[in-house]
Order: sequence, then C-alpha cells, then structure tokens
Amino acid sequence: MKAKRALLPYLIWMLLFTVVPMFMVLFFAFTDKAGTFTLENMRQVGQYSNVFLRSIWQGALATVICLLLSYPLAYSIAHMKFKTQNVMIMLVMLPMWMNFLLRTYSWMTLLEDNGILNNLFAALGLPRVHMINTAGAVVLGMIYNYIPYMILPLYTVLTKIDNSVLEAAQDLGANKAQVFARVTLPMSMPGIISGITMVFVPAVSTFIISKMLGGGGNLLIGDVVEMQFLGSAYNPNLGSAISLVLMVLIIICMGIMNQFDDDDERGAMMI
Amino acid sequence: MKTVSRIYMVLIFLFLYAPIFVLILFSFNDSSAMSRSVFSGFSLRWYSRLFQDRLIMEALGNTLVIAVVAAAVSTVLGTAGAIGIGSLKNKWMRRVTMNVTNLPMVNPEIVTGVSMMLLFVISTRAVGANLGMGSLIIAHITFCLPYVIMSVRPKLMQMDPHLYEAAQDLGCAPTSAFFKVVLPQITPGIITGAIMAFTLSIDDFVISYFTSGTTQTLPIFIYSMTRKRISPEINALSTVLFAAILVLLIVVNARQSVITDKAARLQSEAEEAEA
Amino acid sequence: MKRMIAALLSVLTLCGMMVPAFAADKKSTPNAGVTINVYNWGEYISDGSDGTMDANAEFTKRTGIRVNYTTFDTNESMYSKLSGGGAEYDVIFPSDYMVNKLMKQGMLEKLDFNNIPNFQYIDKQYRNPKYDPDNAYSVPYTWGVVGIFYNKKYVKPEETESWDILWNKKYAGKILMFDNPRDAFGIAQKRLGISYNTTDTNDWEAAAALLKEQKPLVQAYVMDQIFDKMDSGEAWVAPYYAGDAATLVGKNKNIGFTIPTKQGTNFFVDTMCIPKGSKHKAAAEAYINFLCDPKVSAANLSYIGYSTPETAAKKLLPEEVTSNPIYYPPQSILDKSEVFTDLPDSTNTLIDGLWAEVKMGGAGDTTTLIAVLCAFLVLYIGIVIYKKRKRKKEME
Repeated sequence: MKAKRALLPYLIWMLLFTVVPMFMVLFFAFTDKAGTFTLENMRQVGQYSNVFLRSIWQGALATVICLLLSYPLAYSIAHMKFKTQNVMIMLVMLPMWMNFLLRTYSWMTLLEDNGILNNLFAALGLPRVHMINTAGAVVLGMIYNYIPYMILPLYTVLTKIDNSVLEAAQDLGANKAQVFARVTLPMSMPGIISGITMVFVPAVSTFIISKMLGGGGNLLIGDVVEMQFLGSAYNPNLGSAISLVLMVLIIICMGIMNQFDDDDERGAMMI
Repeated sequence: MKTVSRIYMVLIFLFLYAPIFVLILFSFNDSSAMSRSVFSGFSLRWYSRLFQDRLIMEALGNTLVIAVVAAAVSTVLGTAGAIGIGSLKNKWMRRVTMNVTNLPMVNPEIVTGVSMMLLFVISTRAVGANLGMGSLIIAHITFCLPYVIMSVRPKLMQMDPHLYEAAQDLGCAPTSAFFKVVLPQITPGIITGAIMAFTLSIDDFVISYFTSGTTQTLPIFIYSMTRKRISPEINALSTVLFAAILVLLIVVNARQSVITDKAARLQSEAEEAEA
Repeated sequence: MKRMIAALLSVLTLCGMMVPAFAADKKSTPNAGVTINVYNWGEYISDGSDGTMDANAEFTKRTGIRVNYTTFDTNESMYSKLSGGGAEYDVIFPSDYMVNKLMKQGMLEKLDFNNIPNFQYIDKQYRNPKYDPDNAYSVPYTWGVVGIFYNKKYVKPEETESWDILWNKKYAGKILMFDNPRDAFGIAQKRLGISYNTTDTNDWEAAAALLKEQKPLVQAYVMDQIFDKMDSGEAWVAPYYAGDAATLVGKNKNIGFTIPTKQGTNFFVDTMCIPKGSKHKAAAEAYINFLCDPKVSAANLSYIGYSTPETAAKKLLPEEVTSNPIYYPPQSILDKSEVFTDLPDSTNTLIDGLWAEVKMGGAGDTTTLIAVLCAFLVLYIGIVIYKKRKRKKEME
C-alpha cells in the first residue's frame, strides 16, 4: 500500500521528537548528575507539594470560572444568525493573535495600584483596590488567556444540537429549565470536557502569568520547572522529576474528566 | 432576556479587548519616558523608531523564517501522515499512532519544551553543535504537526474512498490519481492546517524559550523586555501585526474556513471519535 | 542630565576615534564578518538611545565583527543557560563569585591578554582579585555596591540607613525585593550580622526565616522591573545596585538612594569572560578590548551608570559623577562592605532549596503530594468501576 508509506516519515518524526524526549525526561528524573540511578529527585519533588496544590487549585478555579463565563456566551452565539455567529467567533479568536506576553503585560498596566483601572476608580470616586501581585490577578490572567479555548468547543457542540430535539422535548411537556438540564446540558458534555481539558492543562502548567501578575511570590509549578532548567537553581534532574509528576497528575485528571463523557471510544483515545 | 444576553456579551468582549486596547493606545503615546499608564499625547514616533531597531527587526525576521519553514514542512509531513493514518487497517496501530499524534497537544507546553531541550542539548553536544534556528524549526514543526493532522483528517474522512480507486480504474497512475482526485478534495483542510501552523509558530513562546539557544524570536525578545520594561516600539509592532491579521481575516472572511480554523481542530477531535 | 553627558561623551569618543578607526579598517580586520554571541545583564550597555553611543554598532563599525546581543537577569540564570541551554556564547558578564564558580568548573577559557592591550588601563586594585587570583580568566567591567532606593514622598532618608526598613510593616506592599538568592539572602545576612559566605547551615536557615518573615510585606520579587515600578510610584522601597541610581535618581526627582553603612553591604565586580568552547575567541577578546578602551568605557558607563575600574576612564567622566559618594563611595564604606565568594556545592544546594521555600511560602512534604496523587487515582478508579457496574446492570 502506497498510502502507508506516506505515514513513515511522519511517524519517524514524531517518535524522534516527541516520544524520545519523553524518555529523556524519564531518564533524567531517575538519575543524578553523574547519570547513575537515584530516587533522590523524586524524594525532593515532595518539597514542592505546596506549589502543586496551589497550581491545581488556581488552575481548577480558573477553569471553573472560564466554564461559567463561557457557557452563556457560547449559548447566545450559537443562537444567533449564521453570519453573525461567524463574526462573533472571529471576535473571540482575534485577541489570540496578539502576542500572549504582551496581553499579559498589558494586564499589569491595568491592574497596578497606580494602574489604569485604579485611576479610573479614583476618578469615579470609588476606593482603590489592590489587585496586582495577588493570587486573584494570576487566576484572572489564566482566565483571560485561556477562555477562547473554552468558548470555541462549547460553541461547536451547541451549534450541533439539532433544534428539533429541543422542540421534541418541549412538545413532550418539558419546560425551558428542564429542556436545558435534561437535553442541552448532557448533549454539550463533549464540548465541556474538551473545554475543561484545554483550559486546565495550560493553566496548571503556566510559568509566565504567575511571574508577571503574581509578583514572583506566587510560584506555580511551571515556574519551579523553569527555575530548574533555565532559572536560578540549575538542576535538570529535579526539573525532570517535577515535570514527570506534573504529567502523571494531568493524565490522571484527564482520565477522570473523560469518564464524565459517555463517548468511551474518545476517552480511550486520550489516554 | 435578549438585552441581558447583549449586555453580557458586551461585558465579555470588554474583558477580552481591554488589554488590547491599552496596548494599541500606548503605541501612540508621545512620551519618551516610556510610561505605561500615563498617556501624554498622540505621536507616531514609536512606529518610525520600530523600523530602525535592528534587534527587533532581526527577531521579527527570525520569527517569520521559522514560521514559514515550520508551516511548510509540517503541512507536507502532516498531510502525508494523515493519509497514512487513514490507510491503517489495524485498529490497534491506529490507536497508537493517534496517541503519539495527540501527545504534544495533551502534554503541558512546558514539559514538551523541556523534553525537547534535553534531547537537543544532548544530541547537539555529541556533534559539537548548538541550539539555534535548526532546533527551533524542528521544535516548531513538531508542535504544529498534530494540528495539521487534525485539520486534514476530517476532510479525508468526508471523502468517498472509492473515488481514488475509480480514478485508477479509469487509467490514472496512482500518483496522478492522488494529485488529480484526492488533493483537490482535501485542499481546504490543508490550507487550514497551514495557516494554523503558521499562526501557532509565530506566537509560540514557551517551547521556543527552551529550544532557542542564542537565537532570538520575537516572543523571546518580548520576554526579555518584560523583565525590565517593554518599549512602545513593541506595542507599535504588535499593532501593525494585529492590523495585518485583521485585514487578512476580513478579506478571507468569505472563505469562512479560515475564521473557524481553530474551532475546526476541536470539531475534528469530536469527529475523530465518531469515526 | 545624565543622558546629555552620555550623549556628549559619545560624540567626543566617536570624533576622537574617527582616524584610528579608519586606519584599522584598512589595516587588518582578521575577524571581519564573524558574529559573536554576547550575553550580558539587561540594561547593561550603552544602546544608542537618546543620542548616546550604540556600543555594539560602534564595535561592528570598527572591527567588522557582528554582535548577536542577548541578555540575562541573574548570575544564576546565566549559569543555567550556559550549563544546560545548549547555547554557545563568546562573551559573558558574570559577577565575581560566579567567575570563581565557572572557573572552578572549567567553564571558562583562559584569556590571551596580547589581544586585550587595553587591560593596561585597569587599575591595580582590580587586578588579580580573590575570585580570579592569577587574573587569567576575567577582565573587570564595572563595580558597585548594593543600596536602597526609596521614594522621598513616602519614606524618610534616615530610615534607609539600615536594611531594617525592608521589614518595616509601615511599607507593607510597597517593598520590592531581589529575585535572586545571593542578593536576597545577603540582605537578611547583613541584618543578622552574618557573613555572606558562611557555610553554616544554621546561618542560612536563620536568614531564610527572616526572608519568610518579610514575604508578606513584599510587593514583588523582581530584578530590572524595579526601574519601572519605582519610577511609577508603584513601589516605595527597593534594594538594588548603586549604578542604577544614575538612571533612576537622575530621571525621577522623587527617588533617593542610600547605601546602608551601619550593617554593611555587598561590594561586587562584574566582569567579562569567555566561556569554554567559544569558536571566535580572538573576536571575543577584541570585544573585551573594545569595552576596556577608556574612551569607550567612559561613554558606555556614563550611560549605564555603574562605576569604572579604570582611572583613565574615570578622568573623562564629569566631576559631579566621580565625586558622588553613591558611584564612588569613600574607602570607609568600601571597608565595611563584603564580597560574595563561591560556596561549596552542598551550600549551594541548601540555598536553592531554601530560596524556593521562601518564594513558595514554606516547605511542603512528600506525604501531601503522594496523598493528592493517590486521591486523584482512587477517584479515577472509583468512577471507572462505578460505570462498569452500572453498565452491567443495564445489560441485565
């Protein structure tokens, strides 16, 4: 078969540049500087359990807020005229084409004690609010940067729901709330699941947002990994061990998420 | 109800666009002090300075070269891969291949970046070379590939598999049958994939950060600036790029496939499951 | 004012150089066309803004050697990039203790001083320093001390005479702190009256405890962002390097600078070195030589503000700078200051751990992490089993 031969270069490429590097991480995680086997790195990862907990907590919080904010928006967009839908989706995507570091930096300007928002509050006679360098600012940064990844899959599934199904439910005597709870929500489950994974994974592992909006005192797990490779505490072995634990954690979380999706084939694909 | 949803939408879009507005506004700030929060008058000085800034222009050049090469290579390699995956009859083989494809998408970016850095550093050390353009291009191709596959696969699945055979029956050689029959059918998917690869590559920071060596791309340059203060020149550059993309999007709006390209990959994920 | 001086000096430099530069062009430029990778601190070279000398462009003009210039923000991150970043540099700018560390680990090239004739201008007291006793690997670039920047509107100058102000609850949320372990620990150590270079675990732990105590008051851990945050009034008190007073105090009348003399401070020398494996060593030496040229040095340092180790360059600088005790502190202050030295590996590991602890707010323990992982795993397995049972029931 010719087509199969077409697969070969792709497969070799992916093996070489995604699978082999994963084994590198594994190797580094269980060796010391001299390359001999050790469990010391794994033991040291324990020191960072606080950071893991904080990352999971802030990532999860950002994900939940993203979901709550996005669902009504995606729902409204999905019920607009087709042409308007396209424009709206374009508007959702457009900010993503602006460099992400710059957008986050721009939030710094907005949130500072003498920043634009606080000056605005002061001009309106409102009290100034301390926002920058707090955990809240970091969560806000996560929400801002990853919310399009939540809106898009939700929008996609919501447009796919056949209107006649909803009408049928109403004909059978369900009120609006019931239709939503029993039909729309379960049918949009795949979108919710992929939205959650697409927001949670980058949010948990981010290393820039916490640095820029958290003031460096709000370390997240991404920062700790960066610190071991290119930052102030050079130790790639420990960094690999932390990365490994992070990966395992995310795989488990995704496994859990996929269980809420009734489509079993897909769940199996992800793991 | 309708007004409530309207107000809600306005608020969300305000949230999405507030920082971008600030960014663009301060690219026109007439202040040599580079102030970030005080606007002291309109000026185009940062725009004229931008094109004289050797470092920014060099970084922009690198970014564009990498994005073009990465998009081209990943599109060719990914299209071939997608066709290959479709031809796999063995279910288990297919599952393994798809899992490998998903790996860079599922893995946290920082882990992908770090793992590639380890690979590159060790392999280049063996031959006495260094990280730079080469490693950046390889890394970018790698993280673009899954997205190309995700955009091409659905088009392939929509296609009638008998078409290809029919063309051959009618006397077409396999290669010309591919170029005359299969390729035109999946072209929209390929274009979507290429555009996505290009935009992903231009904007990538995390993976580039770990695999760049001494080469500066625009996001890396911006990052080194965030550690002190960002020159409004960068705001000016982003505004120019942003405007370019906006124009591009409006022009190709008719084609609609472009607008929803990022949505397409999500869709394709779902379609993957149905197949 | 400072910018004007810098611009003036650079014009003088360029004029003075015109003739020999032209001559050099014709004579021999053995490395012309080569590109060298220079890795320096951020905001640490004259970059041509506001009419000052663009040092890198000037170097290229004179020698034909191109410069790929990138920056780092701490000695430690430079070390990381050098050891594991797969990047090859030709000139780096480590500080004293880092030179020593790199030297001990065999990561530096020995310099060929025949290619650096301008080394003759380096003052005696900066030659053969403790960190590089034979003066084989490094050429001093600048030196300085650490002091406290403060906003005069909110902070009284006499408060800044002691490091204690960084622990003053009155300024909670308005204090900035170094984002690198040696400088941050150093301040705590001086406050406790311990040496920077102690190898006693208890000493380091005591300093770490002090930093943890300070953390709730700290607005942010930053490096060069202090320029921006102090200038805008976002922060009121911040320890940083004296040389940057030229930029900050010179630009903003509300900002003052004090060197805390009572408890002592850190005296540092930043140097130029060539890392092992540099492929363009001669070109790199030409670059170092260029920056040591007293005229270039004067133009360059009048822009960045740090102090020069060359009397010849100092003479070219305006009187008001060289007589300013901030930039050229009297011997009495220097006597009270201490230099960082490289520490043994075990101490460095200890510091890394303690620093991470400070920044993440206390150490965690392994059991919590294992418990979290197990909880997730149990949840996962639980759901899988529940779903299987449910399906079985449905089948029946």
